[in-house]
Amino acid sequence: MSDGNQGGVDLKVVGQRPIRPDGVDKVTGRAQFGADFHLPGMLTGRIKRSPYAHARIVSIDTRAAEKLPGVKAIVTSADFDAGAAGEVEAGESHAAMKEVAANCLAHGKVLYQGHAVAAVAATLPEIAAEALDLIEVTYEVLPHVIDVEEAMAADAPVLHDDMYTKGVTPKPGKASNVAAKHVMGRGDVAAAFKAAGVIVEGRYETAAVHQGYIEPHACVASWGADGQSTIWCSSQGQFLVRAMVAKILNMPLSDIKVIPAEIGGGFGGKTTVYLEPVALALSRKCGRPVKIVMSREEVFLASGPTSGAVMDVRLAARMDGKITGAEMTLKYQAGAFQGSPVNLGLMTAFACYDVEALALTGYDVVSNRPKVAAYRAPGAPMAAFAVESAIDDLALKLGMDPINLRLLNAVRDGAKTVYGATVRYSALVETLEAIKASPHYQTPVGKGQARGVAAGFWFNVGGESSAAVHVDEDGGVTVVSSNPDIGGSRASMAMMAAETLGLPIERVRCTVADTTSIGYSGSTGGSRVTFATGMAVVEAAQKVVADLKRRAAQTWECDIAMVEWKDGVATCTDPAKDVKPLSMKAIAGKTAKTGGPIAAEVSLNAQGAAAGFGVHVCDLEIDPETGRTTVIRYTAAQDVGRAIHPAYVEGQLQGGAAQGIGWALNEEYVYGKSGLLENASFLDYRMPVASDLPMIDTILIETKPNPRHPYGAKGVGEVPIVPPLAAVSNAVSRIVGKRMTSLPMSPAKVLAEMDK
Amino acid sequence: MSRMVVNATVNGEPVEFLAGGGQSLLDALRDELRLTGSKEGCGTGDCGACSVIVDGRLVCACLMLAPEAEGTRIETIEGLADNGHLHPLQHQFLEQAALQCGFCTPGLLMASKALLDRNPDPTETEVRYWLAGNMCRCTGYDKVVRAVMDAAADLRQAEKPR
Ligand code: FES
Ligand code: FES
Repeated sequence: MSDGNQGGVDLKVVGQRPIRPDGVDKVTGRAQFGADFHLPGMLTGRIKRSPYAHARIVSIDTRAAEKLPGVKAIVTSADFDAGAAGEVEAGESHAAMKEVAANCLAHGKVLYQGHAVAAVAATLPEIAAEALDLIEVTYEVLPHVIDVEEAMAADAPVLHDDMYTKGVTPKPGKASNVAAKHVMGRGDVAAAFKAAGVIVEGRYETAAVHQGYIEPHACVASWGADGQSTIWCSSQGQFLVRAMVAKILNMPLSDIKVIPAEIGGGFGGKTTVYLEPVALALSRKCGRPVKIVMSREEVFLASGPTSGAVMDVRLAARMDGKITGAEMTLKYQAGAFQGSPVNLGLMTAFACYDVEALALTGYDVVSNRPKVAAYRAPGAPMAAFAVESAIDDLALKLGMDPINLRLLNAVRDGAKTVYGATVRYSALVETLEAIKASPHYQTPVGKGQARGVAAGFWFNVGGESSAAVHVDEDGGVTVVSSNPDIGGSRASMAMMAAETLGLPIERVRCTVADTTSIGYSGSTGGSRVTFATGMAVVEAAQKVVADLKRRAAQTWECDIAMVEWKDGVATCTDPAKDVKPLSMKAIAGKTAKTGGPIAAEVSLNAQGAAAGFGVHVCDLEIDPETGRTTVIRYTAAQDVGRAIHPAYVEGQLQGGAAQGIGWALNEEYVYGKSGLLENASFLDYRMPVASDLPMIDTILIETKPNPRHPYGAKGVGEVPIVPPLAAVSNAVSRIVGKRMTSLPMSPAKVLAEMDK
Repeated sequence: MSRMVVNATVNGEPVEFLAGGGQSLLDALRDELRLTGSKEGCGTGDCGACSVIVDGRLVCACLMLAPEAEGTRIETIEGLADNGHLHPLQHQFLEQAALQCGFCTPGLLMASKALLDRNPDPTETEVRYWLAGNMCRCTGYDKVVRAVMDAAADLRQAEKPR
């Protein structure tokens, strides 16, 4: 572990803004994303989906479709192996494989509109489409439930008759839609409320929202006659795809090679499988490669989204603003299968604040919606929306500046989190101070506008990663990463290797390897790649440096302690030796004489990921005629440890803020009476476009580098989506004149509140 | 399934391909000509990932039928660089880190080129409204807008008589 091996002040590459190694491919159209592969003899796969929110599958008749010329294979859940069981590491959440399998192809019942029922592979897309129409599915339609609180009601239609609420004793006598109850807390909450000088409370609601990656899910799967198979797909983890497909199709891992394509956005939504096991099952049936690409409608209906939530929060505080106790209840939609991030909501809700007494309860609730998938800081933005709104209420009640109130309550190093961890290397206070001192906050609010402030937290994770560093014969270097590059991580990997080796960045290239070409790695998620895989890269580069020094010592016949490695050159510090320095190139060109090729691979389990904190401030105005909110000015500050490539770190802050603004103002899954989604398109599910947003200013706080990472990096990707929901709604509430408690704050909703 | 022969010019080169009557230009570019730089994000004209320039006009290739391409001049992302030299837009997108996943990038670049072809000196607001048909979920548009403005300045500089 690289504890304490902090990069010093004279960093040469880390902190610069070089062009990313994969950049040219991405601006010239050469980069190959999931849907861009083509193999000889490849078939088109299509998926038949449920038209109902909830129904029993009485029968599936594929005979007519099978007879259609050009149809090569049809699969249903019967083609998956019942052996599918157990759990696989999946981003932040653990996926029960039986449920992932039943989500890929429905088993017995369909649980939401768009639930996959069967799939075909055919020689042409038109034939595949025609075959879908010829597959006859007989359904017995069942009553459905969409709303989270209705789903919890005693008389609600039950989705899974074997679901007994976990986390309650004694075990409930009957099945329900509440998959689990989570309880967390500490201290004497009743006493805190009894002694409180001021109490605020509220009930908050957020809608289900989609990750909204622009690239729909896509894959090509090819089964070999001996069972050895290859899958090309865009995902957040080639090893995760391999593990899930192996479980679902009951294959040994070594028979599946997953080649990661470029990934067109994921935000957590590509930390599971939808298509890959289906495509491989089809390929297994007909022996030809099969490509499946989702349409945008399918993406909305059957992938993602994240939970909508209903939340009750109560704060007890002293008259000086110190929060002494809090109660919170979270009810999160899980979609059709258990597994909402409600426990993460509980853990993060008060993570920014040092609150002595906490009583937190969460419910994971299934309903007839698509199974939720991870979305950037899963579970945290909704909980933060409720808490940061309540704190805004407190600031208003006490007439305090919202930053000062947060400063008074902010966690500092040494504080204990509700989930037991100790806060370390944190810079929330510095981040709050930076916002307070920012030109934005220092400028008075414009006429007719209002300002909102909010903070946010994310754990950031480490975990298992592998990386290799290969020295080329001409002294250049190839870095082999084990993680799909979702937003520029090849650049940060290459930079950390270049820094460690003392090479200019142009001499280091980075590639993302398939499952057979590098050791195991966890997925690209949890803001872990620059931290954990970066640690593996640096340790591999350090091994290479040690080897280079050994070879120089061997050449000079001197003690290795007398060899210094700096700026890519070995120098002999032994005054008795009259030798010329040896460059990387010189050593690399003579490896046959010094022990063979120079390369190192490191696999590790990275510990010590430091949490991150963000504080956002938002100025906006509302058109009183239409109720439309326009964000005028936005600043995001974040505790980032050290920014390896600051431009891409800024980009994470800006992109997260934009997604959060969309979540606050426009985005939502809208259901009709029959339980069908009414807005499964980009036209009707409104994500922010360029004309909706202002420039997003960023402030990177680098006062507390993470000492557990060789260059001080903390995860940065997830924190930025946590504060915006409340930063926006706190400002909207100021203009409307009352607390906005329900997201999205669509124009209609804002107008209705203004007119009340 | 009846298919027809379509003749067009793509990135300056004459091409001939077979197209089904209902096939989109995007599918023809990607599946027949194997020009997979143009992306499909929605297929309904809402995301702009498929943006190409046809006879000087910016279009969503997913909304145009392939047979309608007969006799047209089509510019795609694959033709934006000039003999291996990046266009100033491409250069600025890289310099400014205006892409994260890069999936929206081909469409954004073609839409930006269409803008700069007709308006060499756009304001920030003009850039934002022109690009409103091109969704990017990763960047929040900040660096994209800056890259387009700076590329416009680069192009104006290059045009200036010395
Ligand atoms: S794919 Fe053409 S606009 Fe989205
Ligand atoms: S860079 Fe990912 S969608 Fe724009």
